[in-house]
Amino acid sequence: MIELTYDPLSPDRCTQAVRQAGSGGIVTFVGCVRDLSEGKHVEYLEYEAYEPMALNKMRQVCDETTEMWPVKAIAIQHRVGRLEIGDDAVVIAVSCPHRAEAFEACRYAIDRLKEIVPIWKKEHGEGGETWVGGPTAVPTEPGIPLSQD
Amino acid sequence: MHSATTTLTIRVLLFAVFRETLGDRQIELAAPVGSTPEDIFRLLEERRPDMSALRPYTTFAVNREVVSADTVLKDGDELALLQPASGGRND
Repeated sequence: MIELTYDPLSPDRCTQAVRQAGSGGIVTFVGCVRDLSEGKHVEYLEYEAYEPMALNKMRQVCDETTEMWPVKAIAIQHRVGRLEIGDDAVVIAVSCPHRAEAFEACRYAIDRLKEIVPIWKKEHGEGGETWVGGPTAVPTEPGIPLSQD
Repeated sequence: MHSATTTLTIRVLLFAVFRETLGDRQIELAAPVGSTPEDIFRLLEERRPDMSALRPYTTFAVNREVVSADTVLKDGDELALLQPASGGRND
């Protein structure tokens, strides 16, 4: 189960989606919107996705995880659009025969998702508006030296 | 009027900071055969010089796969500009 949605996520639905015969352990990771980033208060977040590529890459995360651990099933949900403090941004549920594998596989899946899935978040708050991981949209200081590539 | 044999039509998809800087989600560009993502970036810089400051933050995807900036494009390719996605803290 792989979903990108503007609607609130459901960790319960993801957990249920991976429950199956042979699963001794299910690990469900929930990524939540925090009110603090780099010490600055955040009011809300905006998530934007390159949707077709994000879905492809979420599938790739599932494939890789399933290759490396004895995964019975994986469910991934990621939310896009405006998210408030306390909302769930991402849910990953993984079921395996045993709990050690389930923990490792779920950890891998979320770390890998953050690496390859084209979804970006913008923080709105005390620090202004910032795309996390990127520069501010339009340079406001004149004379910033261009990086030599 | 352009000849199909000497120019490519490239659909450029813009997200996040690139969308904000160029003011569009999607731009269709005509570019010479042999053009690369780097060449397309230069064309976008001509429209908006502010794009130069974003080059260090740019990864290119063609048809939904990350490619190097010097990959040769084909007619009808979908080129997306991707900024780094922060993963939050991994510790």
